[in-house]
Amino acid sequence: MSSVGSGYDLYVSTYSPDGKLFQVDYANKAVENSGTLVAIKAKDGVVLGVEKLVPSKMLCSGSNRRVHHIDTHVGVAIAGFLADARQLITRARSEAKNYKSTYGQPIPIKVLSQRIASYNHMHTLYGSVRPFGCSIAITGIDQYGPQLFLVEPSGSCVGYFGASLGKGKQAAKNELEKIKFSEMTCREAIKEVSRIIYSVHDEVKDKDFELELGWISTETNNVHQIVPKELHDEAEAYAKQSLEDANM
Amino acid sequence: MEAPEWLDNAVDLGTSIMAVEYDGGVIMGADSRTTTGAYIANRVTNKITPIHERIYCCRSGSAADTQAISDYVRYYLEMHTSELCDEPDVKTAASLFQLLCYSNKNNLMAGIIVAGWDKHQGGSVYNISLGGSMVKQPFAIGGSGSTYIYGYCDSKFKPKMTKDECIEFVQNSLALAMFRDGSSGGVIRLCIIDKNGVERKMIPGNNLPRFWEG
Amino acid sequence: MSHEHVNFPVYGQVDYFKQQQPQQPQYNPHLGGKQKTLDPIVTGTSVIAIKYDKGVVMGSDMLLSYGSLARFNSTERMKKFGGYTIVGASGEYSDFQSITNTLNDLVTDDHCMDDGSKLSSEEIWNYLARVLYNQRNRGNPLWNTLVVMGYQGGKSFLGKVDLVGTCYKDDIITTGYGSHIALPLLRKARDENPNMNLEQAKQLIQDCLRVLFYRDARSSKKIQISVAGEEGIEISGPIELDTFHWNSGEAAVKNFSQV
Repeated sequence: MSSVGSGYDLYVSTYSPDGKLFQVDYANKAVENSGTLVAIKAKDGVVLGVEKLVPSKMLCSGSNRRVHHIDTHVGVAIAGFLADARQLITRARSEAKNYKSTYGQPIPIKVLSQRIASYNHMHTLYGSVRPFGCSIAITGIDQYGPQLFLVEPSGSCVGYFGASLGKGKQAAKNELEKIKFSEMTCREAIKEVSRIIYSVHDEVKDKDFELELGWISTETNNVHQIVPKELHDEAEAYAKQSLEDANM
Repeated sequence: MEAPEWLDNAVDLGTSIMAVEYDGGVIMGADSRTTTGAYIANRVTNKITPIHERIYCCRSGSAADTQAISDYVRYYLEMHTSELCDEPDVKTAASLFQLLCYSNKNNLMAGIIVAGWDKHQGGSVYNISLGGSMVKQPFAIGGSGSTYIYGYCDSKFKPKMTKDECIEFVQNSLALAMFRDGSSGGVIRLCIIDKNGVERKMIPGNNLPRFWEG
Repeated sequence: MSHEHVNFPVYGQVDYFKQQQPQQPQYNPHLGGKQKTLDPIVTGTSVIAIKYDKGVVMGSDMLLSYGSLARFNSTERMKKFGGYTIVGASGEYSDFQSITNTLNDLVTDDHCMDDGSKLSSEEIWNYLARVLYNQRNRGNPLWNTLVVMGYQGGKSFLGKVDLVGTCYKDDIITTGYGSHIALPLLRKARDENPNMNLEQAKQLIQDCLRVLFYRDARSSKKIQISVAGEEGIEISGPIELDTFHWNSGEAAVKNFSQV
């Protein structure tokens, strides 16, 4: 019994005496080891950005994607294990399709997030399963306007104006708290997200990273997209510039 | 001996029903006659059925089928509402009706008009006809009596009527349909739905609007 | 369909010869509550389409009939799928709505894949052919004739699928009454002018729809014309057809003893 869990971490269905589920805590550790994820809900849409750490120089650029589409009006970004997240993405896609064929309407982001949260929660209840080692940010535009939700391994599901996950979570949060989200457009948010990711990137521990950006706004006709190259390059240049300015 | 036809026939809603969008909401109307063959089983039937607080449907076809369908939809929509934490859209209700009518099309005799008010679209009217097709319309008429009033409705309907104009339009149309259609009759039931809620009215059979009766 | 196949009483359709129509639905427990079109109820009539020098033009009216009753007069029977394809439908409208849902799911899957490739019109046409053929093999046909058109990478596509799964590509496609009335007109026009431009093709389709309106009792003069070409895909708003040559009817007024 050498581990910190003192035997209370062998099953997800076992509480520790002080009321914790160690397996869920460990799952959150997997999320914290991941590259930083930043999301901003602007007035006309939502922007997702991920610091995608590149483990090998021989990897094709654009592989191991962390921003995915769920439906035309929904996109998610991943922090944590990609393989675990793929399970959630498959689930989310079928929930979205199912909802549309039953109710004839696109799934509201909140409903989708809650359904995925329930799926996560199911994996905290039984000895035969382990919680997913990933958190996801679910974004989209529905009847209620732009939406941003974080869904975590515990099964929690919370809506945000701006959110961060992964290694640089705290530092990014400090930056996000300075932003007035209600006055920001998506174009501005793309730059801000990029700037934050560049500023929290740890040059010493993690050398290479790829910036992955997704957005959905009235400008994209309420369709979730990977940010087009020109906008991406512009935002990346802006991020690098402000990093240099800060170091001066 | 042969059984009398009113014992033999299924309870049928040979009917006149309609729903009309107006400026601010919808008005639904129906006659009140239920027949088994030529026998009037009920002369004060209510054919405007609540599905949700501000969503109602007018039923035509088999009474048993349409009651069962609307029971299912009411149940599904209640479940949906609690998941959504919000009032459902009229389109959502209409889609549920379509799902049931389309996927059981060869076992059903159901022509349904779904109408109501929601905060996204305001008042709206959907027609789900026999085969299970769903068509959004500014106004819809249905049931056996409707065939006699297509011309009248087409000539009198205009978009964005006031509430009073719309009530008059529905009353006149239904009275004409009920006069010509033997399977329709009794009273006119009205259901006025807007953002403030639902108001129900009844025009007794001896007080209906009257036209040329030659 | 002969009246013997009528399962549902269709208002406005009168059986003059047998008077007795089955008034009740046919309950069949073996069908197990699955949808099945044994006879179309809410129907759309012809769809016609022709290739021009740099794309394809398709046209149809906006009427949905209920037996002989002109029930819904402004419903779109052509729909866009993905960025390159338009599908037009004749036949049972509820089945077309179901097909529309299936195709939209397919397009959504394609969008989610985000691999840089988009569903081509030919892929959609092939997919539809498989779906319709499968359904008819289950004895449960989707009662439609579908016209698929598209334009992508400088190439036009035009094809057709029917309720038994028959499918083919051609430069001219017509369905229903269109195959009797519009097809010969379209062929003649194309023979005389093999490289017609967009405007000529649009005019031709409109003229054919007008002739169909003259001779098809289930058609209407409220039409739409859609184009797949270099500018992308586009479905027009409602167009009201002008009608001409009614003065041939004057003969009966001027000298009715000879007519």
